[in-house]
Parts: sequence; C-alpha cells; structure tokens
Amino acid sequence: MGTIQTVNAQLSNAGADFRREDGAQPPSLFAPYASTVERAPHEPLLRIPQTPTEQSGPNEWEALFGEQVTDLTCTRGAPAQGQRIIVCGQVLDEDRRPVANTLIEMWQANAAGRYAHERDQWDAPLDPNFSGAGRVLTDAQGRYRYTTVRPGAYPWGNHYNAWRPAHIHLSLMGPAFATRLVTQMYFPDDPLIEIDPIANAVPRAYRQRMVAHFDINITQPSYALGYRFDIVLRGRAATPLRAQT
Amino acid sequence: MSTPEHTASAPQPQSQSAAAAVRADNQDPSLFGQTPWQTVGPFFHFGLPWNGCADLTGPSQMGGRADLMPTGFAALRGPERRDAAAPVGERIQISGHVFDGRGRPVPDALLEIWQANASGCYRGSGFAGQGPASIDQGFFGFGRAATAEDGSFCFRTIRPGRVHFTSSGGALQAPHIALGVLGRGLLKRLMTRIYFDDEPSSAEDAILRLVPEHRRATLMAQRIDAAAGGAVPGSDPSAHYRFDVRLQGERETVFFDY
Ligand SMILES: [Fe+3]
Repeated sequence: MGTIQTVNAQLSNAGADFRREDGAQPPSLFAPYASTVERAPHEPLLRIPQTPTEQSGPNEWEALFGEQVTDLTCTRGAPAQGQRIIVCGQVLDEDRRPVANTLIEMWQANAAGRYAHERDQWDAPLDPNFSGAGRVLTDAQGRYRYTTVRPGAYPWGNHYNAWRPAHIHLSLMGPAFATRLVTQMYFPDDPLIEIDPIANAVPRAYRQRMVAHFDINITQPSYALGYRFDIVLRGRAATPLRAQT
Repeated sequence: MSTPEHTASAPQPQSQSAAAAVRADNQDPSLFGQTPWQTVGPFFHFGLPWNGCADLTGPSQMGGRADLMPTGFAALRGPERRDAAAPVGERIQISGHVFDGRGRPVPDALLEIWQANASGCYRGSGFAGQGPASIDQGFFGFGRAATAEDGSFCFRTIRPGRVHFTSSGGALQAPHIALGVLGRGLLKRLMTRIYFDDEPSSAEDAILRLVPEHRRATLMAQRIDAAAGGAVPGSDPSAHYRFDVRLQGERETVFFDY
C-alpha cells in the first residue's frame, strides 16, 4: 500500500513494543501431543528486547505471495463436495483496533477429512474439485470473508482411536514479525474438541477462543451456513513517547 | 416421539458454568484476548510455501514441496515475478538441516525468514527507516522454506545490512536474519536469529551478548569455503553458509521470547 495515510500510520507505530504472550498460548512441550516430546526445546526461551527487526513485517501481500483465493469451493471447475460454508470475521489487536490489510492464509482437509497431500494416507476420498488452500486480505476495518466447505474430522496416529476435530488451519502475519500467528479454527458443538490433545494444549480457560460462532446473519439462504471467527493478534505494549506529526 | 416427560427427564448439564464453558466461543466477550497458537501440522505444504518462496533474489522454484502434491493437485500459486528487478547487494546462500531431540532430520518443518535489505532497511510496516529511497524494489526480505525428506532447507538471499537497535537510531546491530521455525510437533513458532561467523560486528551485537557465550555458536551461520564445497570467488551466490537448527538437546539452538 503506497498511500500517504498508510505511510504515516506506519511511521507513528514504528518503535512501539508489542505485548508478550498472554496465558492463552500453549507451551512448546505438551506430552499428550506426542510429536512435541522430541521437538520442544529443553532450554527455556531467552527473553530479548524487540528491535526494528521484530517490530516490522512485510505488507505488500499480492506482490510477495500471489493473488487472493477467497472461494475454495470453485477453484477447479466443478463445485467442491460437502457442506458449503462462509467464514467471516475481523482481525483485531488486543486493544480491539482493527488490523487492516493483513494476510490470512488458510488450508484444510476436504469434506471427507482428507488432505490433498501425499503424506495423508487415510483412505477417505480426495475431491478432485477441492484443493483446500486459500488466502484473503483484511479490509480497512480488519474484516475478512471466504467461502469453503466444512472440513471433515480425520483420524491420526497420536494415540489409540485419535481423531482431530474438524478444523481450518489459519496463518496470519499481522503488522510485524513479532505478531505472527498460526492457529486452527474449530466448529461449535464438536465433541472431539474436548478430547483433542492439540486443542487442549491451550489452557482450558482460553481454548474456546479458537471456536467459531454459528451466525444465522452470515448464513445465506439456499447457499451456505455462516460462521463468525474473530482473530486477535498481540497489541502494542505502550504508546511511544514521540511527537505525533 | 418426544413427550413432555422425556424432556423433563433429559440429562441436565452438571452446572450452569459447565454448560456455559461448552457453549462459549470466540464471540464471548469474557474470552476476548490473543488467539492461541496451534501447530501447522504435517500437511501445510499446499497452503503456505509458494513456488520460489526460498529464493529472495529472483524467480526460481526453491522452497516448496511439489513432490508432496497428489497427481492432479498443486500448491497455491505464487506471485508473478516476470518483471522483478534484481535486488541490490551480495547474493548469499544459507542451507542446513533441522534436527529433533534425537538428532533425526525433521522432514515436515517450515522455516520463515525476515531481514533487512543490503542497506539495512526493512520493507514493510513498522519500520521508520530512511524513507522511500531506502527501499529496494527488487527485494521484499521475507521468505519461506519447507524442509525436504532429509530435513534440509536452502535459502538464497542478499547479505543484510546493519540495522539500528531501536527505531530512533542509536547503536547498530550486527547483520542478522530473523528466523521462525514451524512444523508438526511445534505447537507454537520457535523464534531465533541467523548471524554470520565471518562478520566482525557480531562480537559486539547487543542481542548476541544476551546469549550465554557457550551457546552463541548455535546462532552463527558458518561460511563454507570453496575448498569445502562452498562458493568459488566471483560465482553467484558469492558466499555459502551452513546453519543447522537443533530443536532440542545437544547443541540446542537458542530460541527467543520477544
Ligand atoms: Fe489439520
């Protein structure tokens, strides 16, 4: 974005620290999710001050990543199989300020719970009309919207009879390298959330922050069910002491 | 057929709060706050890496895993780079492996880098640098690389310039690249930095000085000289570095909290 307003907003924000993790963030080691046991660091994280490296981040999304893909149900000619859904919401910081012009990337299994990925060897069918990946930019109010199909639950090898709850993987950059977020959006009333080691790596009091809200006002007649999912990124720690010009 | 009796004898939630906890979702005002991190899982390859995402210097296919796409499927398309200008600065290559706590290669990790251009300026939001003249039209400074089956990765980029320690100036940091490590088994990103072992200013870098001396080597990309298979003088890229990421255990990489 090359407007004067955008440049001024960037300058006035430059140098402000971002807040640290709050209690919602999972630990690196969570033994019920078995893959963490040999991949989580043993040493404690080393706390460092944020410098311009951590306080800045890319923002020319389409030039850097490529064009937006906001309807995952019709990228390949014929319509994808499954329950069509619309997901929309707002990306905010911790002070409820909208995060404008930020990139959300999403990827997911198809309606049968199968990923278009060679390493996914579950025998649920691939849908030739659903690849399951998209990307969307937030508008000036931080709002986003995309259309997809509801992903199926799928089995995994973590423990006996383990099934992941239905989820959409979401990746956000936010305004800086420090505000990066990768999360998973879950669906309301999914009984698998309660027994999922990945969702439960998040302390219970905060886990439902990852659960979308069914919304009849987003739902479109004879077209798609609607879900609202707001995403909250780390906010500014303090206003820097500098002249506002 | 449901009768009033059936309705009355239906199981009730243990308590109001238990019922509320089950129903709560991200629209519940009492839950407002940071959205939690979750792992990228093992299947991110069709969504996150794009063609050429590990080559910050020009068009190529580095960084993706086209081999993991089933027949008839492809990863999300990357940007059109036909008219991209060549970036200013010295082209370098940084390659290495990601290892787990047992020293085994990690074939499903994703590395992300963010760095300044050759003149020490970041291109994007949050950087109050030296104005538009400091922007290199051929260089964004952000890249990704998915590890291969043997846990290896390779970035091609520009040697970063020195960046001030604070946005208002002051001391300069040694040249470095911010690195985030994501992957299956990583519930949240691990953040570290790549420094350069042949860079004299690394010795007085304020962030490196916070790192216990015996662990600093884990943040140093090591220049590979021509005799050991590195770049020969005048070639492109003109310098090769090795940087391994050890997630856990012996010679564990230093990871930051910021
Ligand atoms: Fe998944």
